[in-house]
Amino acid sequence: MEKELWKGNEAIAEAAIRAGCKYFFGYPITPQTEVPEYLSLHLPEIGGCFLQAESEVAAINMVYGAGGCGVRVMTSSSSPGISLKQEGITYLCGSEVPCVIINVMRGGPGLGTIQPAQGDYYQATRGGGNGDYRTPVLAPANVQEAADFVRMAFDIADIYRNPVMVLADGMIGQMMEAVEWHDIEKRELPAKPWATTGTQGKREHNVINSLYIQPEPCAEHNEKLEKKYKLIEEKETRYEEIDAEGCEVLFTAYGTTSRVCRAAMKLLADEGIKAGLFRPITVWPFPYAQLKKAAAQNSVKAVVVAELSLGQMIDDVKIALEGSKPISFIGKAGGLVPTPREVADAAKKAIGR
Amino acid sequence: MTNDIIISGFGGQGVMAIGKTLTEAGMKEGKEVSWLPSYGPEMRGGTANCSVVLSDELIVSPIVLEPSELIAMNLPSLIKFEPTVKKGGTIFVNSSVVDQKVTRTDVRAVYVDCIKIAEELGNSKVANMVMLGAYIEAMKNLSTDTIKEMLVHMFTGPKAKLVDLNIEALKRGAACVK
Repeated sequence: MEKELWKGNEAIAEAAIRAGCKYFFGYPITPQTEVPEYLSLHLPEIGGCFLQAESEVAAINMVYGAGGCGVRVMTSSSSPGISLKQEGITYLCGSEVPCVIINVMRGGPGLGTIQPAQGDYYQATRGGGNGDYRTPVLAPANVQEAADFVRMAFDIADIYRNPVMVLADGMIGQMMEAVEWHDIEKRELPAKPWATTGTQGKREHNVINSLYIQPEPCAEHNEKLEKKYKLIEEKETRYEEIDAEGCEVLFTAYGTTSRVCRAAMKLLADEGIKAGLFRPITVWPFPYAQLKKAAAQNSVKAVVVAELSLGQMIDDVKIALEGSKPISFIGKAGGLVPTPREVADAAKKAIGR
Repeated sequence: MTNDIIISGFGGQGVMAIGKTLTEAGMKEGKEVSWLPSYGPEMRGGTANCSVVLSDELIVSPIVLEPSELIAMNLPSLIKFEPTVKKGGTIFVNSSVVDQKVTRTDVRAVYVDCIKIAEELGNSKVANMVMLGAYIEAMKNLSTDTIKEMLVHMFTGPKAKLVDLNIEALKRGAACVK
């Protein structure tokens, strides 16, 4: 298959179109603006609708409306804009409306900076909105994965009637790499009898709502959602291991930072230290059992977590390892990326070399 | 074989375009490639740069900290990145606007009078292609034919006449390499 050169953000947008998404609502913010820019040009060509909303809050509620009609719909933003969408995301989850949300993370807190960061991990995996809800989160580490994961995200959203997030960062969004538009795994998708498509006088009204004013039905609804989240944990957990077998240091990192770890692994190999990488691909559901197994190898002396944050995913690593191995952290927040040397040195320190 | 390249200059000098052309040509020749722009609160006339990696193996990180080649289209770029170039690397200097020489002795320096040559060709906009021609001639890591094919694909219809101009710019750049 022919390789094409794609910028991350544009590949994300093209992937949405290829997944059958005809509706996009968003608001510009660096470093993801090429997503709406691309869709503003190409969605009208396929009879779709691109709309630049008056705000992120409006955009996510337009997603709620379109998703409720049963169509494939996407929004994208970067960190501060995703914060604004949190209310909408909990409503989408509460009402079980499928959609895809792209977060091309930048440095925070607040308006922060436009450079790459991974400081929205807590928000993405725990949810910044109210109530008990979950959104599956796919974290690409390169442009090919960004293109693949967006298409996978639409399927996961439809299968589970749930919003799905693709969590990238400014580097993935801005860089260009080769992309092959290969087929992704074909999954069986359910019909959408719940969608508000008009009754034509032939059926009862469909109601899409997250309000259950009586506690009993609301508790029942929560239990139903919990079953769904358990099923997602069971079926949709994804991860990758690179040179993890027999390694002395096990890096754990996702997205851009996993690439820096791979460069650090080469530096360490030159010094005779065998380092491996455990890369969560879904950060929710987090691959707890799989990480615990990888770290349980006798060869592993330390687990080194690397993030573009002050340490957020490290909490999940601690949950996974249950104190079984020493964990150390290397990270930078606010738009800077640690160098492979810094990451390699952190690994050496962790094993006392 | 891996080329870690930084291309840097004023906004408008075509540094991103040089990078994209190298990246696409590398991809067409079957290499692993990545292109990473600096992006930030840049202003018109400010300095911008991009990192390009061309490799025969999987590219683990697209971030270039120690370039094997630096293309410095303006003086601030030379000052900023000269110290970072790998020992034995190559620095390409746009001598039309950079009046200083490379001070390091452990790298190869190639001076290209990009703007003067472009103006001789009748279009100052091809100054970056002159530099690209010098790069390919010096490094011999890509084929000029690949670039020519891309130009033919890029410039069609009324713009087709630009193909020959760009090819001439590549040749004149190549001639600057001794």
